[in-house]
Amino acid sequence: MSTELLEATDQAKQIDIDRTAGNFSYPEQHTFDAGTGLSHATVDYISDVKNEPDWIREFRHKALDVFFSKPMPTHWASHDLENIIFQNIRYYLANGQKPTRSWEEVPDDVKKTFERLGIPEQERKFLAGVEAQFDSEAVYSNMKKALGDQGVIFVGSTEGLKEHSEIFRKWFGKVIPTGDNKFSALNSAVFSGGSFIYVPPGVKVKHPLQAYFRINAENFGQFERTLIIADEGSEVMYMEGCTAPKFETATLHSAVVELVAMKGAKLQYVTVQNWSANVFNLVTKRAIAHEEAEVKWIDCNIGSRLTMKYPGVVLKGRKARGEVISIALASDGQHQDTGAKMIHAADETTSNIVSKSISVGTGRATYRGLVHIPKHLKGCKNNTECDALLINSTARTDTYPAITVRGTGNSSQHEASVSQISAEQIFYMQQRGLTEAQAMSLSVNGFVNDLVRQFPMEYSVELKRLIDLEMEGSVG
Amino acid sequence: MNATIEAPIETVSEENDSLMTTGPDFASHPEAFRARQRAAWEKFVSLPMPARTDETWRFADVKSLSIAPYTRAEVVDDGDRAALLKKSIGIVETSGRMVFANDCLLARDIYNDTLRAKGVLWLPMEQAIAEQAELIEKHFMRESGVLGSAKFAALHESQVKAGTFLYVPRGVEIALPVETFHWLSGEGASVFPHTLIIAEENAKVTLVDYFQSAGDDAGFACGVNDIVVGNGARVTYVAVQDWNRKTLAFHLNNTTVARDASALALRLNLGGSRVRDEAVSRLRGPGGRSDMLSVSAAEDDQIFDQRTLQIHEAPNTSSDLLYKNSLNDKARTIFTGLIRVDEGAHKTDAYQKVRNLLLSDEAEANSAPGLEIEADDVRCTHGATSGQVDMEEIFYLQSRGIPLRLAHQLVTFGFLNEVIERLPGEPLQQKLRELLHGKLG
Repeated sequence: MSTELLEATDQAKQIDIDRTAGNFSYPEQHTFDAGTGLSHATVDYISDVKNEPDWIREFRHKALDVFFSKPMPTHWASHDLENIIFQNIRYYLANGQKPTRSWEEVPDDVKKTFERLGIPEQERKFLAGVEAQFDSEAVYSNMKKALGDQGVIFVGSTEGLKEHSEIFRKWFGKVIPTGDNKFSALNSAVFSGGSFIYVPPGVKVKHPLQAYFRINAENFGQFERTLIIADEGSEVMYMEGCTAPKFETATLHSAVVELVAMKGAKLQYVTVQNWSANVFNLVTKRAIAHEEAEVKWIDCNIGSRLTMKYPGVVLKGRKARGEVISIALASDGQHQDTGAKMIHAADETTSNIVSKSISVGTGRATYRGLVHIPKHLKGCKNNTECDALLINSTARTDTYPAITVRGTGNSSQHEASVSQISAEQIFYMQQRGLTEAQAMSLSVNGFVNDLVRQFPMEYSVELKRLIDLEMEGSVG
Repeated sequence: MNATIEAPIETVSEENDSLMTTGPDFASHPEAFRARQRAAWEKFVSLPMPARTDETWRFADVKSLSIAPYTRAEVVDDGDRAALLKKSIGIVETSGRMVFANDCLLARDIYNDTLRAKGVLWLPMEQAIAEQAELIEKHFMRESGVLGSAKFAALHESQVKAGTFLYVPRGVEIALPVETFHWLSGEGASVFPHTLIIAEENAKVTLVDYFQSAGDDAGFACGVNDIVVGNGARVTYVAVQDWNRKTLAFHLNNTTVARDASALALRLNLGGSRVRDEAVSRLRGPGGRSDMLSVSAAEDDQIFDQRTLQIHEAPNTSSDLLYKNSLNDKARTIFTGLIRVDEGAHKTDAYQKVRNLLLSDEAEANSAPGLEIEADDVRCTHGATSGQVDMEEIFYLQSRGIPLRLAHQLVTFGFLNEVIERLPGEPLQQKLRELLHGKLG
């Protein structure tokens, strides 16, 4: 998302043009490709290819019926959803099948962003979709071995459900039931890819686990399904995505991520989402936190055309704690509709939501929140802070929290503010010799700094560079 | 077994003047207005009842909104009239009062010459509709029902004949408040009180509406008020809602604020069983300001459902909303608010705050403060808090010899009184404090 791109009035349109010019081809091998369109036959096809047991096949079929029966949630959500044409979407591409294109066909702005972010050559080609294989196999297998010794299971969704069904079946589809919403139903019908992780009691996984290591194990990303179970007293951190823009041809991404933190477990889930600007990113993420467990979602949304994502925590056990840290950057033509849900279901549970959004150009950032503290609970606390920063006069921001509190033993507080970059600050910095763009990016980085610091180091460095890039384009 | 038996279809006989079966027909209204009322009736009939999935009815109990049991109210008899007039007491010094019972005018008393100032029109709605067609056409219910109650706004429009019409011409200041009393009387009776205030350039006026029931009968009230504040004008509007505990009530407000004008509106919610308030402030001219205040003391199984909208259409405008609720027993409150800053409305300064004080374990407070901002040079903040009485404060009061029950009352009162203190004029504040004390016991 370079200067050039931001100067273009319609980013999404530009990428669409590039896409046809690139003339990507999908090899028509029906052993690997379900074709376009969605029907019960598609579901059967996916189940056949994956050689799934009957209960999963049934689960998928039921989910598809639910998907068909549910209306689009446009009574509260963006009408942009109506532009998704489900019959034009490819729901399954099997192992290793990726669109092929040459490096020359990758748009210049994407290449330039890679350059600026300092992404290694090999990685760039993978991210741009030039190479289907990214050589992480060695890293993954080393890691798998080390984890395996501790009893940690880290596999794909198909393998997880087939090989370890005694562990995963119990929670699969339980945190987010099929009928939760239209897109969780869609995912339940056609899911493939994603990570299934089980951390045994007391095991503290030192290094963050990353989907990145498993990328070529299975085509991932479009309808990924992730289930992480942290057993009693264990600790694990999972990271997905990367700050570099991922050049994608599939226009609909609809993941379901379920987390289960058993008694005393600590689970952190970090997402950095930077899909290209033609992607609808409609994701359902929810965690269950049992007694004294802690779940923390760190969610950063930079890319996509429309993202709708509200990570939630169901605080089911006494003294459980949930936290959502959310950063959204909405640039030209983008709508980042993000937020958080906290469902208090036990005494002395606490939750914290901190959301910061930046709207640039014609971008629109929306915070949607839900906090629910039912009656008969004691000592529940929620704190919500949402701050929005508007860079240009064409930018837009919305805040829609919903808070329900019952009884006398609980408390909740919500604060939100909308502001623009202080002209005085910019003036001061310019007076000290900084350019306007430098001053702007310094100011914006300052706005999100306290949240960015919570990210792993390499992510925060890349995030800072991304913000620099965005600001260059927004000035003048 | 019983599940298969269909509910009997309610048949309404011709002589039963039910709201749901017949449209309006008021001979005293001019034909043009009657046509408008017939159209509103058609609209009311054609619009669907609110559904649970409607975003504007989120958290609400839409099942309790049926108005089928209510009929047009009967004229109250002479004995009741005298009693109601006696009970229509507001603040000590006012400019004048009007009293309505079941939408019929009982009294119109002028206590102060300012109401006779040149050009001031202070009329019952029925007379205004007949005589002030031009002003009615221009200002009466131009933008009502945008927050979900379009159906009930249409019902009001079709049935309206009572209420206050107050036109204050350019530069005229009415120092003392003007008061209106609305009484609802009789089983199943319904009223449709309207208040229309038009303040021309640099005019100034304060109006207080009191909504009360004569007895314990179940009733229905569907009121609308339109407040039009001209350039540099200042309008203070206070609504005291104290219907009995069997009343279903709608109160829809619509305020427009012109250049350098200011509007201050305060609602005191005491009575009613289910009360839906919708308040919209439109800031149309630079320098305009709107204060939206509300105090609700909810108890038993009362439900106060409040929806607000602050629309900043012009630059350099400000709005400040403060809604405070105390909730006892099984009471529920709902607050859904939105600040909307339109494109180009730079230098907007908007604030929105809802605070809930939960006094019982069964009480439930729902808050959804929202922002929609399309201009960049703005300062908008909102906040929502829900909590309980600070035990340290209670301890302090107890250590001073104040019994626990009274200590709770004092703390609750102090919490709500903070809003009342924002009203201009001590007598008015004092009146509201008295009413609040009455409710809190």
